[in-house]
Amino acid sequence: MEYVVIAFLCLGILLYFLLGGADFGAGIIELFTSTKNRSRTRKTMYQAIGPVWEANHMWLIIAIVILFVGFPHIYTTMSVYLHIPLLIMLIGIIARGTAFVFRHYDAVKDDMQWLYNRIFRYSSFITALFLGIIAGSLISGHIDSEAKDFVSAYIYSWLNWFSIAVGFFTVALCGFLAAVYLIGETKDEYDKRRFIRKAEFMNIAAVIFGALVFLVAQFDNIPLIDWVFKNTVGLSAIILASLSLILLWYLLIKGKTKVLRILAGFQVTMILLAISYAHFPNFIRLKNGDAISLFETVGPPKTIYSLGLALLLGSILILPFLGYLFYKFQKKEE
Amino acid sequence: MDDFLAARSQMALSLGFHIIFSCIGMVMPFFMAVSHYKWLKTNDEVYKNLTKAWSKGVAIFFATGAVSGTMLSFELGLLWPKFMEHAGPIFGMPFSLEGTAFFIEAIALGFFLYGWNKLNKWFHWFTGMVVGVSGLASGILVVAANAWMNSPAGFDFVNGQYLNIDPIQAMFNKAWFSQALHMCLAAFTATGFAVAGVHALMILRNQNKEFHLKAFKIAAVFACISALLQPLSGDISAKDVAKRQPAKLAAMEALYQTEKPAALLIGGIVNEKDKTVKGAIKIPGALSFLAHGNFKAEVKGLDQIPENEHPPVAITHYAFQIMVGIGTLLALISLIYFINLFRKKPLLEKRWLLKLFVLAIPLGYLALEAGWVVTEVGRQPWIIYGIMRTKDAVTPMPGIAYSFYIFSAIYLSLSCIVTFLLYRQIKMVPVLYDKTVIKSK
Ligand code: HDD
Ligand code: HEM
Ligand code: HEM
Repeated sequence: MEYVVIAFLCLGILLYFLLGGADFGAGIIELFTSTKNRSRTRKTMYQAIGPVWEANHMWLIIAIVILFVGFPHIYTTMSVYLHIPLLIMLIGIIARGTAFVFRHYDAVKDDMQWLYNRIFRYSSFITALFLGIIAGSLISGHIDSEAKDFVSAYIYSWLNWFSIAVGFFTVALCGFLAAVYLIGETKDEYDKRRFIRKAEFMNIAAVIFGALVFLVAQFDNIPLIDWVFKNTVGLSAIILASLSLILLWYLLIKGKTKVLRILAGFQVTMILLAISYAHFPNFIRLKNGDAISLFETVGPPKTIYSLGLALLLGSILILPFLGYLFYKFQKKEE
Repeated sequence: MDDFLAARSQMALSLGFHIIFSCIGMVMPFFMAVSHYKWLKTNDEVYKNLTKAWSKGVAIFFATGAVSGTMLSFELGLLWPKFMEHAGPIFGMPFSLEGTAFFIEAIALGFFLYGWNKLNKWFHWFTGMVVGVSGLASGILVVAANAWMNSPAGFDFVNGQYLNIDPIQAMFNKAWFSQALHMCLAAFTATGFAVAGVHALMILRNQNKEFHLKAFKIAAVFACISALLQPLSGDISAKDVAKRQPAKLAAMEALYQTEKPAALLIGGIVNEKDKTVKGAIKIPGALSFLAHGNFKAEVKGLDQIPENEHPPVAITHYAFQIMVGIGTLLALISLIYFINLFRKKPLLEKRWLLKLFVLAIPLGYLALEAGWVVTEVGRQPWIIYGIMRTKDAVTPMPGIAYSFYIFSAIYLSLSCIVTFLLYRQIKMVPVLYDKTVIKSK
C-alpha cells in the first residue's frame, strides 16, 4: 500500500503542476497580453477552464492530505520552515480563486471588473512564483533544522537564488502550458496566432530560466547536474524533453493543436521526472546534509492501508466522472 | 498580541469564516434540487429561473468555501505542527475520504452549472443532488475529525508515544454521531433561515412576489423542520458532553461547585476571578435532568477538576447561552409557521410572520458560530482532549500576530465583496430571472 500512496502523491503533484499550472498560466498570459486583446483572452480562457477549474485545484488538496495523513513529518517540516512562502502562496490561491469567480458571477458588469481582473492577474503570477519557490526550497538544502535565529530558520530556508530561479522557471512553464492549451480552444484565426506567439515566448522564457536554474545550482553547490545527467532515467528524460522541444516548435509553427497539448504536458512531466528521480524517495534535503525520505517517515501501517484504500476507492468513483466531464465539454461546440 | 493567542485567533477566524460557506455549500444544493424538480414536473418557468438564480449564488459561495478550505488544510500544519505530526495519521481517515467527497462534489458542480441544455434533464437534476449529498458527506466527515479531538480514540497513549493506531476506530469515536447530527441540522437551520429571510424581505418590499414566495416556501420548510429537531439533538449532545468532558459541561453552565441535584443557570454574569455567577435565573434540578436524565443526579463542577485544566468559563458560558437562546427562538418561529400552514392562512397576509423571518436572517449563523465556540473553547486547554495541550502544539515560528492581521484583513474584505455580490444578484432578479412581474408599490 505504501507504493500506492506514494504513486498517488506523485500523481497529485504532477497533475497539480500540469492542470493547476495551466490555470495559473492563464492569468499569467493575461498579464502579458496587451490591453486591447485582454478581454478576448479572458473569454477564451473562461470557456476553456470554467467547467473544470474547480476540479484542477483538488489535486493540491489531495497531495496535501496524503502528506499530512501519510507523511506527517514531511508535512510539518514544510509548514514550519516554509511557513512564509506557503502563506504567500495561499494568499495568492485565495485571491485568484475568488477573483476568478467574482468576475464571472457578478450580476452587474462595471468598474468592479477592473479590480477583479487586476487581482486575478497579479495573484496568478505570485502563486505560480511561490509554488516554484517552495518546490525549489525543498530540494535546495537550505532548510536548516538546527538554525538558532529567525532569519536563518524561516527566511533563508526559501529566500535564496536557487529557489527564486526555480520560481521563475515555474512561472514560464505555467504560462507555456496555458498558451498551448488555449490555442486549441479558440476557433478564431487571429486569436490562434496570438496564442501561438505567446506559447513561443513562454517556451523561450522557460528555456532561459531553465538554464539559469542550472547555473545557480552550480554556484549554490546543489548537485543538480549530477542528478540529471549522471543517471539513465534523468538523462533520458532530459533528452526526450529536448527532442520533443524540436517537434514542438515544428508543430507550433504549423498550428497543430491536439498533439501539441500532449507534447507540452509530456515535456513538463519529463522535466519534473529528471529533477526528482535522482533523489527519490528523499523529499526534503536539509542543510546539515540529511534528507527526509518518504519511506523513512511513512505513517503507521494501518493508516497507510486505509489511506491507500480510500484513494483507490475514490479514483474508481471519480475517474469515469472526471473523464466524462472533460469529454462533454470538449465537444461543446458541435 | 502574543504568538499563541494569535495562532488560536487565526485558527478560530479561519474556521469561523469557512463554516459559513461550507454550510451553504452543503445545504443550498438541496434547495436547488427541490426547485429544479418542481420545474421539471410543472414546467413552471419561475422554478427554472429560481434554480438558476440560486445556483449563481452557490457558485460564488462554493469558490469562497473551497479556497478557505484549502487554506485550512495548510493552516493546520502552519499553526499546529506538533499536533499534526501525531494526529495526522490517526484522524486523517475522514480527511482522506473527505477528499474523495469534495472531488465528486466539484465535478458534479461542474456538470450542474454548465450542463443546462447540454445534458439529459434528469441526469442534470441528478448531478445537482450529487453536489448536495457529497457536500453533506464531507461535512459529516470533517466533524468526525473534530469529534476525535474531543474524544480521542483509535490509539494507545503510552509514555508519550502514540501506538497501535487504528484510523477507522478513530473516525468512529464516541462523539462523532452526536456532533455530526447536530452539525447537519445546524447547517440546514442556519442556511434555511438566512435564505428564507432574504426572500421574505423581498416579498415585504413587494418585488417579484411570485418568485420570492416560491423561494421562501422551499427554504422555510427545510429551516423549520430542522429548527424543531435541533433542541432534541442538542439534548443528545449535552448528555454526551456530560459523560465525556465534564469540564466542558461545567464551563457551559458556569458550574463552579459540584451540585446534587444541580440547578440550570439561564444568563448571568460570570466572574472568573471569584468563581461566581451573578444575576442568573436558576431552575432547580434542571441541569441534573439535562445532563443525566435524572432530576436528582450529581453534576461535576469545576472544583473537581484541576485548576490547570479549566477551560475559559465566561466565553463558553455566554456562547452556550446565545446558542440555546437562539435555538429556542427559532424553534418557536418554526412552530408558528407550521401552525399557520396548517390553518391554510395565506402567507402574504401575515406580514408579521414574514418580519419574524427577516429578523432571523443572521440568527442561525450566530447560533452556529456560538455552538462552535462552546465546543472548541470548552475543550481548552487541550487540543487533543486529555492527551496534548494546545500550547504544546503551536508552531515555533514567531510573528504569527502579523499573519493573523493579514488574514483578518483578507477575510474582512472577502466578506464585504461576497455580501456586495449577493446584494447585486438579488437586485438584478427582475432583470435576469423574473421579467414577468413589474415592481408595483
Ligand atoms: C443553528 C445552529 C444551532 C442551534 C439552534 C443549536 N445549536 Fe448546539 N451547536 C451548534 C449549532 C446549534 C454547532 C455549531 O453546530 C455545534 C458546535 C459543534 C457541534 O457539533 O455542533 C453545537 C454544539 C452543541 C453542544 C456541544 C457539543 C460538543 O461539544 O460535543 C451542545 C451541548 C449543544 N450544541 C446543545 C444545543 C442545545 C441544547 C440547543 C437547543 C436549542 C442547541 N444546541 C441549538
Ligand atoms: C467550522 C467550524 C469550526 C469553528 C467555528 C471552530 C472554532 C474554533 C475556535 C473558536 C477555536 C479556538 C479555541 C481556543 O483556542 O480558545 C478553534 C481551535 C481549533 N480548531 Fe476548531 N472550529 C471548527 C471546526 C473544527 C474542525 C472540523 C477541526 C478539525 C478537524 C478543528 C480544529 C481546530 C484546531 C486544530 C484548533 C486549534 C487548537 C485549539 O485551540 O484547541 N476545528 N476552533
Ligand atoms: C465543521 C467544520 C467543517 C465543515 C462542516 C466543512 C464542510 C465543507 C464543505 C461542505 C465544503 C465544500 C465547499 C462548498 O461547498 O462551499 C468544504 C470545503 C473545504 N473544506 Fe471544509 N468543512 C469544515 C472544516 C474544515 C477543516 C477543519 C478543513 C481542513 C482541514 C477543511 C478543508 C476543506 C477543504 C480543503 C475544502 C475545499 C474542497 C473543495 O475544493 O471543494 N474544512 N468544507
